[in-house]
Amino acid sequence: MPDATGLELLANELRDAGDDAVLDTVFFRGQATLLVQPGAVPAVLAFLRGWGYNFLASLHGVDYFPEEPRLGVHYEMLDMRNVDRISVKTRVHTEAPEVPSVVADWPTANHQEREVYDMFGVVFEGHPDLRRILMPEDYEGHPQRRDFPMGGEPVLFTHNTRNGPGWWDQS
Amino acid sequence: MTDLDAITRDVPYREREASIDISAFESQEGQEELLTLNFGPHHPATHGVLRLLTVLEGEVIRDIKPIIGYVHTGIEKTCEDKAYWKVIPVVERMDYLAYYFNAMAYCSAVEQLIGLEVPKRAQYLRVIHLELNRIMSHLVWLGTSCLDLGAISMFWYCFRDRESVLDLFEMSSGQRMHPRYIQVGGVFEDIPVGWADRVRRFCEEMPTRVDQYAALLDKNEIVVQRLRDVAVVPESTLLKLGVTGPLLRASGNPWDLRKAQPYSSYEDFAFQIPVGTIGDNYDRFRVRMQEMKESVKIIAQALDGLPEGPYITDDRKYALPPRHELATSMEALIHHFKLVTEGFRVPPGEVYAPIESPRGELGCFVRSDGSAKPARVHMRDPSFVNLQAIKVMCTDTYIADFIATLAMLDPVLGGIDR
Repeated sequence: MPDATGLELLANELRDAGDDAVLDTVFFRGQATLLVQPGAVPAVLAFLRGWGYNFLASLHGVDYFPEEPRLGVHYEMLDMRNVDRISVKTRVHTEAPEVPSVVADWPTANHQEREVYDMFGVVFEGHPDLRRILMPEDYEGHPQRRDFPMGGEPVLFTHNTRNGPGWWDQS
Repeated sequence: MTDLDAITRDVPYREREASIDISAFESQEGQEELLTLNFGPHHPATHGVLRLLTVLEGEVIRDIKPIIGYVHTGIEKTCEDKAYWKVIPVVERMDYLAYYFNAMAYCSAVEQLIGLEVPKRAQYLRVIHLELNRIMSHLVWLGTSCLDLGAISMFWYCFRDRESVLDLFEMSSGQRMHPRYIQVGGVFEDIPVGWADRVRRFCEEMPTRVDQYAALLDKNEIVVQRLRDVAVVPESTLLKLGVTGPLLRASGNPWDLRKAQPYSSYEDFAFQIPVGTIGDNYDRFRVRMQEMKESVKIIAQALDGLPEGPYITDDRKYALPPRHELATSMEALIHHFKLVTEGFRVPPGEVYAPIESPRGELGCFVRSDGSAKPARVHMRDPSFVNLQAIKVMCTDTYIADFIATLAMLDPVLGGIDR
Protein backbone atom coordinates (compact mmCIF):
# COMPACT_ATOMS: atom_id res chain seq x y z
CA MET A 1 0.00 0.00 0.00
CA PRO A 2 1.25 3.49 -0.62
CA ASP A 3 1.18 5.20 2.78
CA ALA A 4 -0.86 8.35 3.34
CA THR A 5 1.96 10.56 2.06
CA GLY A 6 2.54 8.40 -0.97
CA LEU A 7 -1.14 8.59 -1.80
CA GLU A 8 -1.07 12.40 -1.63
CA LEU A 9 1.99 12.46 -3.88
CA LEU A 10 0.19 10.28 -6.40
CA ALA A 11 -2.90 12.48 -6.24
CA ASN A 12 -0.80 15.60 -6.71
CA GLU A 13 0.92 14.08 -9.74
CA LEU A 14 -2.53 13.40 -11.17
CA ARG A 15 -3.69 16.94 -10.40
CA ASP A 16 -0.58 18.38 -12.01
CA ALA A 17 -1.32 16.37 -15.12
CA GLY A 18 -4.14 18.77 -15.86
CA ASP A 19 -7.82 17.92 -15.68
CA ASP A 20 -9.63 17.70 -12.36
CA ALA A 21 -9.75 13.94 -12.32
CA VAL A 22 -9.12 13.45 -8.61
CA LEU A 23 -12.00 14.44 -6.35
CA ASP A 24 -10.65 13.18 -3.08
CA THR A 25 -8.22 10.82 -1.44
CA VAL A 26 -9.06 8.43 1.38
CA PHE A 27 -6.64 6.54 3.54
CA PHE A 28 -8.51 4.03 5.68
CA ARG A 29 -7.15 1.00 7.56
CA GLY A 30 -3.94 1.08 5.56
CA GLN A 31 -5.73 1.09 2.22
CA ALA A 32 -5.23 3.97 -0.18
CA THR A 33 -8.11 5.15 -2.32
CA LEU A 34 -8.40 7.71 -5.09
CA LEU A 35 -11.89 9.09 -5.72
CA VAL A 36 -12.04 10.19 -9.34
CA GLN A 37 -14.47 11.60 -11.90
CA PRO A 38 -16.26 8.84 -13.83
CA GLY A 39 -15.08 10.19 -17.16
CA ALA A 40 -11.46 10.16 -16.04
CA VAL A 41 -11.30 6.49 -15.05
CA PRO A 42 -9.45 5.17 -18.15
CA ALA A 43 -6.93 8.02 -17.93
CA VAL A 44 -6.34 7.49 -14.21
CA LEU A 45 -5.88 3.74 -14.65
CA ALA A 46 -3.45 4.37 -17.51
CA PHE A 47 -1.56 6.81 -15.28
CA LEU A 48 -1.41 4.25 -12.49
CA ARG A 49 -0.13 1.67 -14.95
CA GLY A 50 2.77 4.00 -15.56
CA TRP A 51 3.44 3.95 -11.82
CA GLY A 52 3.61 0.17 -11.86
CA TYR A 53 0.03 -0.73 -11.01
CA ASN A 54 -0.33 -2.91 -14.07
CA PHE A 55 -2.77 -5.53 -12.78
CA LEU A 56 -6.48 -4.89 -12.36
CA ALA A 57 -7.23 -7.24 -9.50
CA SER A 58 -10.92 -6.57 -9.15
CA LEU A 59 -13.72 -4.40 -10.46
CA HIS A 60 -16.96 -4.25 -8.53
CA GLY A 61 -19.98 -2.09 -7.95
CA VAL A 62 -21.49 -0.60 -4.82
CA ASP A 63 -24.79 1.09 -4.15
CA TYR A 64 -24.39 3.98 -1.69
CA PHE A 65 -28.15 4.43 -1.22
CA PRO A 66 -29.36 6.83 0.16
CA GLU A 67 -26.25 8.93 -0.50
CA GLU A 68 -25.85 10.66 -3.83
CA PRO A 69 -24.35 9.96 -6.31
CA ARG A 70 -25.64 6.50 -5.56
CA LEU A 71 -23.75 4.02 -7.66
CA GLY A 72 -20.05 3.37 -7.20
CA VAL A 73 -17.60 1.45 -9.33
CA HIS A 74 -14.37 0.34 -7.70
CA TYR A 75 -11.14 -0.67 -9.37
CA GLU A 76 -8.60 -2.52 -7.24
CA MET A 77 -5.17 -1.97 -8.76
CA LEU A 78 -2.17 -4.12 -7.94
CA ASP A 79 1.53 -3.59 -8.46
CA MET A 80 3.04 -7.07 -8.43
CA ARG A 81 6.64 -5.87 -8.53
CA ASN A 82 6.48 -3.62 -5.48
CA VAL A 83 3.58 -5.56 -3.91
CA ASP A 84 1.41 -2.52 -3.61
CA ARG A 85 -2.31 -1.93 -3.95
CA ILE A 86 -4.44 1.10 -4.56
CA SER A 87 -8.19 1.46 -5.09
CA VAL A 88 -9.73 3.79 -7.63
CA LYS A 89 -13.35 4.63 -6.95
CA THR A 90 -15.88 6.57 -8.93
CA ARG A 91 -19.51 7.52 -8.30
CA VAL A 92 -22.37 8.07 -10.75
CA HIS A 93 -26.03 9.04 -10.43
CA THR A 94 -28.74 6.50 -11.19
CA GLU A 95 -30.25 8.85 -13.78
CA ALA A 96 -27.12 8.81 -15.92
CA PRO A 97 -25.14 5.80 -14.77
CA GLU A 98 -22.43 6.01 -17.38
CA VAL A 99 -18.80 5.09 -16.87
CA PRO A 100 -16.31 4.63 -19.72
CA SER A 101 -15.39 1.00 -20.20
CA VAL A 102 -11.81 -0.05 -19.57
CA VAL A 103 -12.04 -3.39 -21.39
CA ALA A 104 -9.84 -2.21 -24.24
CA ASP A 105 -6.88 -1.67 -21.91
CA TRP A 106 -7.77 -4.22 -19.24
CA PRO A 107 -9.41 -7.29 -20.83
CA THR A 108 -10.05 -8.74 -17.37
CA ALA A 109 -12.72 -6.07 -16.88
CA ASN A 110 -14.97 -7.67 -19.48
CA HIS A 111 -16.95 -10.07 -17.32
CA GLN A 112 -16.67 -7.89 -14.25
CA GLU A 113 -18.14 -4.84 -15.98
CA ARG A 114 -20.93 -7.04 -17.25
CA GLU A 115 -21.59 -8.14 -13.69
CA VAL A 116 -21.71 -4.54 -12.45
CA TYR A 117 -24.07 -3.68 -15.30
CA ASP A 118 -26.23 -6.67 -14.47
CA MET A 119 -26.39 -6.05 -10.75
CA PHE A 120 -26.38 -2.23 -10.57
CA GLY A 121 -27.31 -1.00 -14.02
CA VAL A 122 -24.10 0.96 -14.55
CA VAL A 123 -23.65 1.38 -18.30
CA PHE A 124 -20.06 0.99 -19.43
CA GLU A 125 -19.65 3.02 -22.60
CA GLY A 126 -17.55 1.26 -25.18
CA HIS A 127 -17.92 -2.21 -23.69
CA PRO A 128 -17.83 -4.69 -26.59
CA ASP A 129 -20.58 -6.97 -25.31
CA LEU A 130 -22.52 -5.31 -22.52
CA ARG A 131 -25.39 -7.57 -21.49
CA ARG A 132 -26.51 -9.43 -18.42
CA ILE A 133 -24.17 -12.12 -17.21
CA LEU A 134 -25.61 -13.75 -14.09
CA MET A 135 -29.32 -12.90 -14.24
CA PRO A 136 -31.62 -14.16 -17.00
CA GLU A 137 -31.70 -12.05 -20.14
CA ASP A 138 -35.29 -10.92 -19.70
CA TYR A 139 -34.89 -9.98 -16.06
CA GLU A 140 -36.19 -6.59 -15.06
CA GLY A 141 -34.29 -4.41 -12.64
CA HIS A 142 -30.86 -4.55 -11.12
CA PRO A 143 -31.01 -6.78 -8.05
CA GLN A 144 -27.98 -5.57 -6.13
CA ARG A 145 -29.34 -2.05 -5.80
CA ARG A 146 -30.28 -1.32 -2.23
CA ASP A 147 -33.87 -0.39 -3.08
CA PHE A 148 -34.45 -3.67 -4.91
CA PRO A 149 -36.60 -5.79 -2.57
CA MET A 150 -35.38 -9.05 -1.10
CA GLY A 151 -37.60 -12.07 -1.70
CA GLY A 152 -41.15 -11.73 -2.97
CA GLU A 153 -40.30 -13.52 -6.13
CA PRO A 154 -40.86 -17.26 -6.36
CA VAL A 155 -38.14 -19.43 -7.82
CA LEU A 156 -39.43 -20.55 -11.17
CA PHE A 157 -39.65 -24.28 -11.82
CA THR A 158 -41.79 -26.12 -14.34
CA HIS A 159 -44.14 -27.33 -11.65
CA ASN A 160 -44.87 -23.99 -10.01
CA THR A 161 -45.20 -21.50 -12.83
CA ARG A 162 -48.74 -20.83 -11.62
CA ASN A 163 -47.86 -20.49 -7.95
CA GLY A 164 -46.41 -17.01 -8.25
CA PRO A 165 -48.31 -14.33 -6.34
CA GLY A 166 -51.02 -12.88 -8.52
CA TRP A 167 -50.37 -15.06 -11.52
CA TRP A 168 -54.07 -14.94 -12.44
CA ASP A 169 -53.91 -11.16 -12.90
CA GLN A 170 -51.16 -11.39 -15.42
CA SER A 171 -53.41 -12.60 -18.25
CA MET B 1 -42.73 -8.55 -10.86
CA THR B 2 -41.87 -10.47 -13.98
CA ASP B 3 -44.67 -11.99 -15.95
CA LEU B 4 -44.13 -15.60 -15.05
CA ASP B 5 -46.57 -17.15 -17.49
CA ALA B 6 -45.29 -15.12 -20.38
CA ILE B 7 -41.76 -16.26 -19.71
CA THR B 8 -42.64 -19.89 -19.78
CA ARG B 9 -45.39 -20.04 -22.36
CA ASP B 10 -45.32 -17.24 -24.86
CA VAL B 11 -41.69 -16.46 -25.54
CA PRO B 12 -39.84 -19.18 -27.41
CA TYR B 13 -36.70 -20.35 -25.70
CA ARG B 14 -34.39 -19.11 -28.44
CA GLU B 15 -35.76 -15.59 -28.30
CA ARG B 16 -35.08 -15.36 -24.60
CA GLU B 17 -31.39 -15.52 -25.31
CA ALA B 18 -31.58 -13.43 -28.43
CA SER B 19 -28.80 -11.15 -27.32
CA ILE B 20 -26.18 -13.87 -27.41
CA ASP B 21 -24.10 -12.74 -30.30
CA ILE B 22 -23.28 -15.44 -32.80
CA SER B 23 -22.42 -13.10 -35.63
CA ALA B 24 -18.75 -13.99 -35.25
CA PHE B 25 -19.70 -17.51 -36.07
CA GLU B 26 -20.09 -16.89 -39.84
CA SER B 27 -17.55 -18.74 -41.95
CA GLN B 28 -14.62 -16.65 -43.05
CA GLU B 29 -13.02 -16.82 -46.49
CA GLY B 30 -10.85 -19.91 -46.78
CA GLN B 31 -12.41 -21.63 -43.81
CA GLU B 32 -14.36 -24.79 -43.90
CA GLU B 33 -17.96 -24.67 -42.84
CA LEU B 34 -18.27 -23.73 -39.17
CA LEU B 35 -20.33 -25.73 -36.74
CA THR B 36 -21.79 -24.17 -33.61
CA LEU B 37 -21.85 -26.70 -30.83
CA ASN B 38 -23.57 -26.11 -27.54
CA PHE B 39 -21.77 -27.63 -24.61
CA GLY B 40 -23.50 -27.87 -21.26
CA PRO B 41 -24.92 -26.56 -18.99
CA HIS B 42 -25.71 -30.11 -17.91
CA HIS B 43 -22.56 -31.89 -18.88
CA PRO B 44 -20.52 -33.92 -16.40
CA ALA B 45 -17.21 -32.61 -17.70
CA THR B 46 -17.95 -28.93 -17.18
CA HIS B 47 -17.43 -29.34 -13.40
CA GLY B 48 -20.72 -27.63 -12.65
CA VAL B 49 -23.48 -25.88 -14.52
CA LEU B 50 -21.30 -24.16 -17.09
CA ARG B 51 -22.50 -23.63 -20.64
CA LEU B 52 -20.09 -23.03 -23.47
CA LEU B 53 -20.98 -22.14 -27.04
CA THR B 54 -18.18 -23.46 -29.20
CA VAL B 55 -17.57 -22.82 -32.85
CA LEU B 56 -15.82 -25.65 -34.60
CA GLU B 57 -14.05 -25.84 -37.90
CA GLY B 58 -13.76 -29.55 -38.34
CA GLU B 59 -12.23 -30.67 -35.08
CA VAL B 60 -10.62 -27.35 -34.22
CA ILE B 61 -12.20 -24.81 -31.87
CA ARG B 62 -12.33 -21.36 -33.45
CA ASP B 63 -14.33 -19.50 -30.86
CA ILE B 64 -15.76 -20.20 -27.46
CA LYS B 65 -18.22 -18.24 -25.36
CA PRO B 66 -18.91 -19.06 -21.74
CA ILE B 67 -22.52 -18.52 -20.63
CA ILE B 68 -22.91 -18.49 -16.87
CA GLY B 69 -25.46 -17.66 -14.22
CA TYR B 70 -27.30 -20.97 -14.01
CA VAL B 71 -26.57 -21.38 -10.31
CA HIS B 72 -26.69 -17.69 -9.42
CA THR B 73 -28.34 -17.57 -6.02
CA GLY B 74 -27.79 -13.96 -5.05
CA ILE B 75 -25.46 -14.70 -2.17
CA GLU B 76 -24.06 -11.17 -2.19
CA LYS B 77 -27.57 -9.78 -1.90
CA THR B 78 -28.42 -12.21 0.89
CA CYS B 79 -25.37 -11.04 2.84
CA GLU B 80 -26.76 -7.51 2.98
CA ASP B 81 -29.71 -8.76 5.01
CA LYS B 82 -27.74 -10.64 7.65
CA ALA B 83 -25.82 -9.58 10.71
CA TYR B 84 -22.06 -9.69 10.22
CA TRP B 85 -21.51 -12.99 11.96
CA LYS B 86 -24.46 -14.63 10.18
CA VAL B 87 -22.92 -13.85 6.81
CA ILE B 88 -20.13 -16.38 7.35
CA PRO B 89 -22.14 -19.54 6.58
CA VAL B 90 -23.64 -17.80 3.56
CA VAL B 91 -20.37 -16.79 1.93
CA GLU B 92 -18.92 -20.23 2.63
CA ARG B 93 -21.32 -21.63 0.07
CA MET B 94 -19.91 -19.60 -2.81
CA ASP B 95 -16.88 -21.59 -3.83
CA TYR B 96 -18.01 -24.90 -2.36
CA LEU B 97 -14.58 -26.50 -2.56
CA ALA B 98 -12.85 -23.68 -0.71
CA TYR B 99 -15.20 -22.89 2.12
CA TYR B 100 -12.53 -22.05 4.65
CA PHE B 101 -11.10 -19.57 2.18
CA ASN B 102 -14.41 -17.81 1.63
CA ALA B 103 -14.90 -17.46 5.36
CA MET B 104 -11.30 -16.34 5.81
CA ALA B 105 -11.55 -13.63 3.14
CA TYR B 106 -14.78 -12.32 4.60
CA CYS B 107 -13.61 -12.44 8.22
CA SER B 108 -10.31 -10.74 7.47
CA ALA B 109 -12.19 -7.95 5.68
CA VAL B 110 -14.45 -7.46 8.69
CA GLU B 111 -11.51 -7.66 11.08
CA GLN B 112 -9.71 -4.99 9.09
CA LEU B 113 -12.80 -2.79 9.21
CA ILE B 114 -13.00 -3.15 12.98
CA GLY B 115 -9.25 -3.11 13.49
CA LEU B 116 -9.48 -6.35 15.44
CA GLU B 117 -6.38 -8.24 16.47
CA VAL B 118 -6.52 -12.01 15.91
CA PRO B 119 -4.64 -14.10 18.49
CA LYS B 120 -1.59 -15.95 17.24
CA ARG B 121 -3.03 -19.37 18.01
CA ALA B 122 -6.15 -18.57 16.01
CA GLN B 123 -4.00 -17.46 13.09
CA TYR B 124 -2.11 -20.76 13.16
CA LEU B 125 -5.31 -22.78 13.45
CA ARG B 126 -6.68 -20.87 10.48
CA VAL B 127 -3.56 -21.62 8.46
CA ILE B 128 -3.78 -25.34 9.27
CA HIS B 129 -7.39 -25.50 8.16
CA LEU B 130 -6.84 -23.35 5.09
CA GLU B 131 -4.01 -25.56 3.90
CA LEU B 132 -5.98 -28.74 4.61
CA ASN B 133 -8.74 -27.17 2.54
CA ARG B 134 -6.29 -26.38 -0.25
CA ILE B 135 -5.18 -30.01 -0.34
CA MET B 136 -8.81 -31.13 -0.33
CA SER B 137 -9.69 -28.78 -3.18
CA HIS B 138 -6.71 -29.88 -5.24
CA LEU B 139 -7.62 -33.53 -4.61
CA VAL B 140 -11.09 -32.97 -6.02
CA TRP B 141 -9.51 -31.18 -8.95
CA LEU B 142 -7.06 -34.04 -9.54
CA GLY B 143 -9.69 -36.73 -9.26
CA THR B 144 -12.21 -35.09 -11.55
CA SER B 145 -9.56 -34.00 -14.06
CA CYS B 146 -8.27 -37.53 -14.33
CA LEU B 147 -11.83 -38.71 -14.69
CA ASP B 148 -12.14 -36.36 -17.65
CA LEU B 149 -9.02 -37.94 -19.10
CA GLY B 150 -10.53 -41.38 -18.64
CA ALA B 151 -8.73 -42.52 -15.48
CA ILE B 152 -11.42 -43.67 -13.10
CA SER B 153 -9.17 -45.15 -10.43
CA MET B 154 -7.50 -41.77 -9.77
CA PHE B 155 -10.91 -40.41 -8.92
CA TRP B 156 -11.34 -43.05 -6.23
CA TYR B 157 -7.85 -42.60 -4.82
CA CYS B 158 -8.29 -38.83 -4.59
CA PHE B 159 -11.69 -39.07 -2.97
CA ARG B 160 -10.31 -41.56 -0.47
CA ASP B 161 -7.73 -38.97 0.61
CA ARG B 162 -10.26 -36.18 0.48
CA GLU B 163 -12.34 -38.23 2.85
CA SER B 164 -9.54 -38.25 5.41
CA VAL B 165 -9.32 -34.45 5.19
CA LEU B 166 -13.08 -34.17 5.63
CA ASP B 167 -12.84 -36.45 8.67
CA LEU B 168 -10.33 -34.00 10.15
CA PHE B 169 -12.71 -31.12 9.46
CA GLU B 170 -15.53 -33.04 11.05
CA MET B 171 -13.46 -33.71 14.13
CA SER B 172 -12.38 -30.10 14.61
CA SER B 173 -15.62 -28.34 13.74
CA GLY B 174 -18.41 -30.89 13.60
CA GLN B 175 -19.04 -30.43 9.90
CA ARG B 176 -17.48 -32.00 6.86
CA MET B 177 -18.31 -29.11 4.56
CA HIS B 178 -19.21 -25.48 5.22
CA PRO B 179 -18.09 -25.75 8.84
CA ARG B 180 -18.38 -22.09 9.88
CA TYR B 181 -15.13 -22.63 11.74
CA ILE B 182 -13.45 -19.31 11.07
CA GLN B 183 -15.07 -16.50 13.04
CA VAL B 184 -14.60 -12.78 13.17
CA GLY B 185 -11.71 -12.48 15.64
CA GLY B 186 -10.49 -16.05 15.60
CA VAL B 187 -11.90 -19.53 15.23
CA PHE B 188 -14.99 -21.22 16.59
CA GLU B 189 -13.34 -23.65 18.97
CA ASP B 190 -9.96 -24.95 19.99
CA ILE B 191 -8.88 -28.19 18.36
CA PRO B 192 -10.04 -31.33 20.16
CA VAL B 193 -7.72 -33.75 21.93
CA GLY B 194 -6.04 -36.11 19.50
CA TRP B 195 -6.70 -33.96 16.47
CA ALA B 196 -3.11 -32.77 16.14
CA ASP B 197 -1.88 -36.37 16.11
CA ARG B 198 -4.30 -37.28 13.38
CA VAL B 199 -3.23 -34.28 11.31
CA ARG B 200 0.42 -35.30 11.83
CA ARG B 201 -0.40 -38.78 10.60
CA PHE B 202 -2.09 -37.25 7.58
CA CYS B 203 0.95 -35.04 6.97
CA GLU B 204 3.18 -38.12 6.95
CA GLU B 205 0.89 -39.97 4.63
CA MET B 206 -0.02 -37.29 2.13
CA PRO B 207 3.39 -36.64 0.48
CA THR B 208 3.69 -40.39 -0.16
CA ARG B 209 0.27 -40.38 -1.72
CA VAL B 210 1.14 -37.41 -3.93
CA ASP B 211 4.29 -39.23 -4.99
CA GLN B 212 2.25 -42.30 -5.82
CA TYR B 213 -0.16 -40.27 -7.92
CA ALA B 214 2.74 -38.53 -9.59
CA ALA B 215 4.27 -41.93 -10.37
CA LEU B 216 0.96 -43.00 -11.90
CA LEU B 217 0.41 -39.86 -13.93
CA ASP B 218 3.60 -37.91 -14.59
CA LYS B 219 4.98 -40.17 -17.27
CA ASN B 220 1.70 -41.75 -18.22
CA GLU B 221 1.61 -41.68 -22.01
CA ILE B 222 -2.06 -40.67 -22.16
CA VAL B 223 -1.64 -37.85 -19.65
CA VAL B 224 1.48 -36.52 -21.33
CA GLN B 225 -0.07 -36.70 -24.79
CA ARG B 226 -3.21 -34.94 -23.64
CA LEU B 227 -1.56 -32.24 -21.54
CA ARG B 228 1.90 -31.41 -22.82
CA ASP B 229 2.14 -28.38 -25.12
CA VAL B 230 -1.64 -28.03 -25.10
CA ALA B 231 -3.31 -24.68 -24.45
CA VAL B 232 -0.11 -22.73 -23.95
CA VAL B 233 -0.85 -19.19 -22.77
CA PRO B 234 2.00 -16.77 -22.11
CA GLU B 235 2.28 -14.94 -18.82
CA SER B 236 1.58 -11.51 -20.33
CA THR B 237 -1.79 -12.62 -21.72
CA LEU B 238 -2.77 -14.16 -18.40
CA LEU B 239 -1.89 -10.94 -16.55
CA LYS B 240 -4.03 -8.91 -18.94
CA LEU B 241 -6.91 -11.27 -18.31
CA GLY B 242 -6.46 -10.92 -14.56
CA VAL B 243 -5.69 -14.61 -14.09
CA THR B 244 -4.12 -15.55 -10.76
CA GLY B 245 -3.35 -18.69 -8.83
CA PRO B 246 -1.92 -21.94 -10.19
CA LEU B 247 -2.78 -20.90 -13.75
CA LEU B 248 -0.54 -17.86 -13.53
CA ARG B 249 2.18 -19.71 -11.63
CA ALA B 250 2.21 -22.40 -14.32
CA SER B 251 3.35 -19.74 -16.78
CA GLY B 252 6.34 -18.92 -14.62
CA ASN B 253 5.10 -15.98 -12.55
CA PRO B 254 5.63 -16.83 -8.87
CA TRP B 255 2.80 -14.58 -7.66
CA ASP B 256 1.32 -16.00 -4.49
CA LEU B 257 -0.29 -13.79 -1.87
CA ARG B 258 0.88 -16.11 0.90
CA LYS B 259 4.43 -15.01 0.09
CA ALA B 260 3.85 -11.58 -1.44
CA GLN B 261 1.44 -10.12 1.10
CA PRO B 262 1.52 -12.58 3.99
CA TYR B 263 -1.64 -12.68 6.07
CA SER B 264 -2.54 -14.80 9.09
CA SER B 265 1.14 -15.48 9.99
CA TYR B 266 2.09 -17.10 6.67
CA GLU B 267 5.42 -15.31 7.01
CA ASP B 268 6.31 -17.72 9.85
CA PHE B 269 6.43 -20.76 7.60
CA ALA B 270 9.06 -21.97 5.17
CA PHE B 271 7.52 -23.16 1.93
CA GLN B 272 8.12 -22.80 -1.76
CA ILE B 273 6.01 -21.56 -4.62
CA PRO B 274 5.95 -24.11 -7.44
CA VAL B 275 6.10 -22.50 -10.87
CA GLY B 276 5.85 -23.89 -14.38
CA THR B 277 7.93 -23.01 -17.41
CA ILE B 278 5.83 -22.54 -20.55
CA GLY B 279 2.30 -22.45 -19.18
CA ASP B 280 0.77 -25.48 -20.88
CA ASN B 281 -1.67 -27.89 -19.33
CA TYR B 282 1.09 -30.13 -18.07
CA ASP B 283 2.61 -27.22 -16.11
CA ARG B 284 -0.77 -26.47 -14.59
CA PHE B 285 -1.08 -30.09 -13.57
CA ARG B 286 2.42 -30.25 -12.07
CA VAL B 287 2.07 -26.94 -10.20
CA ARG B 288 -1.03 -28.12 -8.37
CA MET B 289 0.51 -31.50 -7.58
CA GLN B 290 3.52 -29.78 -6.01
CA GLU B 291 1.33 -27.29 -4.17
CA MET B 292 -0.24 -30.15 -2.24
CA LYS B 293 3.18 -31.14 -0.92
CA GLU B 294 4.01 -27.56 -0.01
CA SER B 295 0.72 -27.27 1.86
CA VAL B 296 1.65 -30.36 3.88
CA LYS B 297 4.90 -28.64 4.85
CA ILE B 298 3.01 -25.59 6.07
CA ILE B 299 0.59 -27.70 8.12
CA ALA B 300 3.41 -29.60 9.79
CA GLN B 301 5.24 -26.39 10.70
CA ALA B 302 2.08 -24.77 12.00
CA LEU B 303 1.35 -27.78 14.18
CA ASP B 304 4.87 -27.84 15.56
CA GLY B 305 4.88 -24.13 16.28
CA LEU B 306 1.26 -23.90 17.44
CA PRO B 307 1.41 -21.23 20.16
CA GLU B 308 -0.54 -21.47 23.37
CA GLY B 309 -3.16 -18.86 24.08
CA PRO B 310 -6.72 -17.95 23.21
CA TYR B 311 -8.26 -19.24 19.98
CA ILE B 312 -10.51 -16.20 19.59
CA THR B 313 -10.16 -12.57 20.51
CA ASP B 314 -11.15 -11.70 24.07
CA ASP B 315 -12.89 -8.54 22.88
CA ARG B 316 -16.38 -9.38 24.10
CA LYS B 317 -17.92 -6.82 21.78
CA TYR B 318 -17.17 -9.13 18.87
CA ALA B 319 -16.69 -12.66 20.21
CA LEU B 320 -19.12 -14.68 22.29
CA PRO B 321 -18.15 -15.06 25.97
CA PRO B 322 -17.25 -18.57 27.15
CA ARG B 323 -20.26 -20.63 28.15
CA HIS B 324 -19.29 -20.97 31.84
CA GLU B 325 -19.21 -17.20 32.33
CA LEU B 326 -22.88 -16.86 31.46
CA ALA B 327 -23.92 -18.39 34.79
CA THR B 328 -21.80 -16.06 36.90
CA SER B 329 -21.28 -12.79 35.05
CA MET B 330 -24.06 -10.36 34.21
CA GLU B 331 -21.75 -8.58 31.80
CA ALA B 332 -21.09 -11.77 29.88
CA LEU B 333 -24.82 -12.40 29.68
CA ILE B 334 -25.41 -8.93 28.25
CA HIS B 335 -22.65 -9.36 25.69
CA HIS B 336 -24.01 -12.76 24.73
CA PHE B 337 -27.52 -11.39 24.34
CA LYS B 338 -26.38 -8.42 22.27
CA LEU B 339 -24.22 -10.52 19.99
CA VAL B 340 -26.86 -13.17 19.39
CA THR B 341 -29.75 -10.78 18.82
CA GLU B 342 -28.43 -7.70 17.06
CA GLY B 343 -24.89 -8.80 16.33
CA PHE B 344 -22.01 -6.36 16.53
CA ARG B 345 -21.73 -3.01 14.84
CA VAL B 346 -18.82 -2.23 12.57
CA PRO B 347 -17.41 1.26 12.05
CA PRO B 348 -18.24 2.70 8.62
CA GLY B 349 -15.70 2.18 5.90
CA GLU B 350 -14.70 0.08 2.94
CA VAL B 351 -12.10 -2.66 2.84
CA TYR B 352 -10.85 -5.01 0.15
CA ALA B 353 -9.13 -8.05 1.67
CA PRO B 354 -7.45 -10.47 -0.73
CA ILE B 355 -6.20 -13.95 0.15
CA GLU B 356 -4.76 -16.80 -1.90
CA SER B 357 -7.43 -19.40 -2.54
CA PRO B 358 -6.72 -22.71 -4.33
CA ARG B 359 -7.74 -21.00 -7.55
CA GLY B 360 -6.13 -17.58 -7.18
CA GLU B 361 -6.78 -14.25 -5.58
CA LEU B 362 -9.98 -14.41 -3.57
CA GLY B 363 -10.75 -10.84 -2.59
CA CYS B 364 -13.57 -9.85 -0.31
CA PHE B 365 -14.87 -6.31 -0.43
CA VAL B 366 -16.99 -5.26 2.52
CA ARG B 367 -18.61 -1.88 2.92
CA SER B 368 -19.96 -0.99 6.32
CA ASP B 369 -22.39 1.84 6.97
CA GLY B 370 -22.03 1.62 10.74
CA SER B 371 -24.95 -0.73 11.32
CA ALA B 372 -24.94 -4.38 12.33
CA LYS B 373 -25.38 -5.58 8.74
CA PRO B 374 -22.88 -5.14 5.93
CA ALA B 375 -23.98 -2.62 3.30
CA ARG B 376 -22.19 -4.52 0.57
CA VAL B 377 -20.27 -7.77 0.37
CA HIS B 378 -18.53 -8.60 -2.87
CA MET B 379 -16.36 -11.60 -3.55
CA ARG B 380 -13.79 -11.30 -6.28
CA ASP B 381 -13.90 -14.98 -7.03
CA PRO B 382 -10.87 -16.31 -8.90
CA SER B 383 -12.95 -18.80 -10.91
CA PHE B 384 -15.12 -15.99 -12.26
CA VAL B 385 -12.14 -13.99 -13.48
CA ASN B 386 -10.08 -16.98 -14.62
CA LEU B 387 -12.94 -18.28 -16.75
CA GLN B 388 -12.32 -15.44 -19.18
CA ALA B 389 -9.08 -17.17 -20.10
CA ILE B 390 -10.95 -20.17 -21.53
CA LYS B 391 -11.20 -18.47 -24.91
CA VAL B 392 -7.47 -17.85 -25.30
CA MET B 393 -6.69 -21.26 -23.88
CA CYS B 394 -8.96 -23.20 -26.22
CA THR B 395 -8.94 -21.26 -29.48
CA ASP B 396 -7.24 -23.23 -32.24
CA THR B 397 -6.92 -26.40 -30.18
CA TYR B 398 -8.69 -29.66 -30.82
CA ILE B 399 -12.08 -30.24 -29.32
CA ALA B 400 -10.68 -33.44 -27.82
CA ASP B 401 -8.22 -31.39 -25.74
CA PHE B 402 -10.89 -28.97 -24.67
CA ILE B 403 -12.20 -31.08 -21.79
CA ALA B 404 -8.69 -31.52 -20.44
CA THR B 405 -8.05 -27.78 -20.73
CA LEU B 406 -11.25 -26.98 -18.91
CA ALA B 407 -10.27 -29.41 -16.18
CA MET B 408 -6.87 -27.73 -15.83
CA LEU B 409 -8.59 -24.34 -15.58
CA ASP B 410 -10.37 -25.76 -12.52
CA PRO B 411 -13.50 -23.61 -12.45
CA VAL B 412 -15.94 -23.97 -9.56
CA LEU B 413 -19.34 -22.81 -10.69
CA GLY B 414 -20.58 -22.06 -7.22
CA GLY B 415 -17.88 -19.42 -7.04
CA ILE B 416 -18.46 -18.13 -10.57
CA ASP B 417 -22.19 -17.61 -10.22
CA ARG B 418 -22.42 -16.88 -6.49
